[in-house]
Amino acid sequence: MTDMIVADHLVKDFGQKRAVDNVSLTVKRGEVLGFLGPNGAGKSTTMKMLTGFLRPSAGRASIAGYDVATAAMSARKVLGYLPEGAPLYPDMTPWSLLHFCAEVRNLPSDLRQKRIIESIERTNLQSVVMQPIDTLSKGFKRRVGLAQALLHDPEVLILDEPTDGLDPNQKHEVRELIREIAPNKAIIISTHILEEVDAICSRAVIIADGKVIADGAPGQLAERSPLFNALSVVLPNEKVSQALSILEAQDQVQEVRSQTLADGLIKLIVVPVRGKLILSIVTNCLSEEKLDIVSIRPEATALEDLFRQLTVSSDKREAA
Amino acid sequence: MGALYTVAKREFAGYFATPIAAIFLVIFLAVSAAFTFFVGYFLERGNADLQVFFNFHPWLYLFFAPALSMRLWAEERRQGTIELFLTLPIPLWAAVLGKFLAAWLFLGLALSLTFPMWMTVNILGQPDNGVILASYLASFLMAGGYLAIGSCLSAATKNQVIAFVLTVTVAFIFTAGGAGFLTDLISEFVGKAVLDTIADISILPHFNQIVKGVIAFKDLVYFIALIAAWLLAAMAVIDYKKAG
Ligand SMILES: Nc1ncnc2c1ncn2[C@@H]1O[C@H](COP(=O)(O)OP(=O)(O)O)[C@@H](O)[C@H]1O
Ligand SMILES: [Mg+2]
Repeated sequence: MTDMIVADHLVKDFGQKRAVDNVSLTVKRGEVLGFLGPNGAGKSTTMKMLTGFLRPSAGRASIAGYDVATAAMSARKVLGYLPEGAPLYPDMTPWSLLHFCAEVRNLPSDLRQKRIIESIERTNLQSVVMQPIDTLSKGFKRRVGLAQALLHDPEVLILDEPTDGLDPNQKHEVRELIREIAPNKAIIISTHILEEVDAICSRAVIIADGKVIADGAPGQLAERSPLFNALSVVLPNEKVSQALSILEAQDQVQEVRSQTLADGLIKLIVVPVRGKLILSIVTNCLSEEKLDIVSIRPEATALEDLFRQLTVSSDKREAA
Repeated sequence: MGALYTVAKREFAGYFATPIAAIFLVIFLAVSAAFTFFVGYFLERGNADLQVFFNFHPWLYLFFAPALSMRLWAEERRQGTIELFLTLPIPLWAAVLGKFLAAWLFLGLALSLTFPMWMTVNILGQPDNGVILASYLASFLMAGGYLAIGSCLSAATKNQVIAFVLTVTVAFIFTAGGAGFLTDLISEFVGKAVLDTIADISILPHFNQIVKGVIAFKDLVYFIALIAAWLLAAMAVIDYKKAG
């Protein structure tokens, strides 16, 4: 199967600053790649080079096998792109904008109307299609940008923060939409929301300071965090020292971290020795004492933890 | 071709999405009438022609054309829509030419709305309508030249005010380069060959020829070449800016 999106050693320098440093990645049909990184990491700059909007200082990019520099028209035809911040013509209505894009994309006139209506329905724009875009809320604007990107049913989608500015329901809808169309397309979305990656991405690439520092399935990446397979135990403040001594005595427990919650409750994060599963051990040893335990559940923040570990150092360097 | 038409249509319609088009047209007509009647003593001259009216056009466009062209690209850059626009499957030449044609057509519309002037002279006397037609053609071609200069300079910045000032400056140099007072001034210092070259590349001598009613091939070619050169320069600027 061909690689639908290819970044081949992309570099971008802005004056002295190297914004993107030797980024290579490929996305195949059916894959949704989550492009993760703190603000200023170089996600948008990479995407601008992938779409051919920015010329790389070094390296190449191609879309569906078309080099974006030398076969730009062919590449753009199969590409749907939502630029960062979803810039749109403020005086146009969603309807006229979509018409413009459909005409430019040379959709046959019998298909044009159908596609426009389809993408309006997919992004739930029905109520605002005739309203000037500058009167729309941020969420609606973002969805007009999405409708524009989906209009021609492109094989490749590059979406720069598609859920930014949406409320939780709208975020959910957009994720559902991406999940629905994903099997026949190659998709890159950038985000700094980690749950989004877990929810829709088959692969995650973490970038910091312009460099790729992790690349793999979200689950695989989570495994690299010490918090992988960790448990969180919530119990009242006064029982904490007792619980701590029991937990720390276990061979398979590497470390216990504590966080203060509201209402006199404490959350203990029980980190296992690498590769161990500790649910049964922890439940057994804790249930022997009367500890008034409120809950025991898997700690789901492993990916977030890894992200923080990998990127926090670059933030500090930036500040220094 | 399809993309060219689509781009030009969207841009042209864009002028009418806000009251700006109407305001522009009203001011354009008011100023051109005011120049002609009050500054040019149109009625007192007693000649049934539009000579005075057209003689003001180079100076009229010096401000009206940059006012139209300044937003062509600078606005796209400021709003960020350029990123959408330039990643759609529109060839760069069609993007540049489409925007230019929309502005040119709009200024052509403004120009055509001065037709009451033409009616007035026909009521007052018996003007040479062939000359008037040629003058309208000259005026329209000159407008195109100014707008092409403006397209290029608008592509160079995201600030419309800067685009305006740059365009007025460059257009002034291109116009005044052939104006009598300037050529007289520098003829003291330079030879005839230099003077001829300046006249060849500046707008005014070519404009004056056609306004007289002499539609020479070389003057037409001049305006087409002027427009083409500046639009190619606009493409080069946009391509250069891709480097970030
Ligand atoms: N046009 C530009 N000129 C100069 N620096 C830029 C430009 N665009 C981005 N940068 C810099 O490049 C770095 C990466 O930016 P960006 O790709 O927007 O990051 P992200 O999308 O991951 O937040 C930032 O430090 C930013 O300031
Ligand atoms: Mg960004």
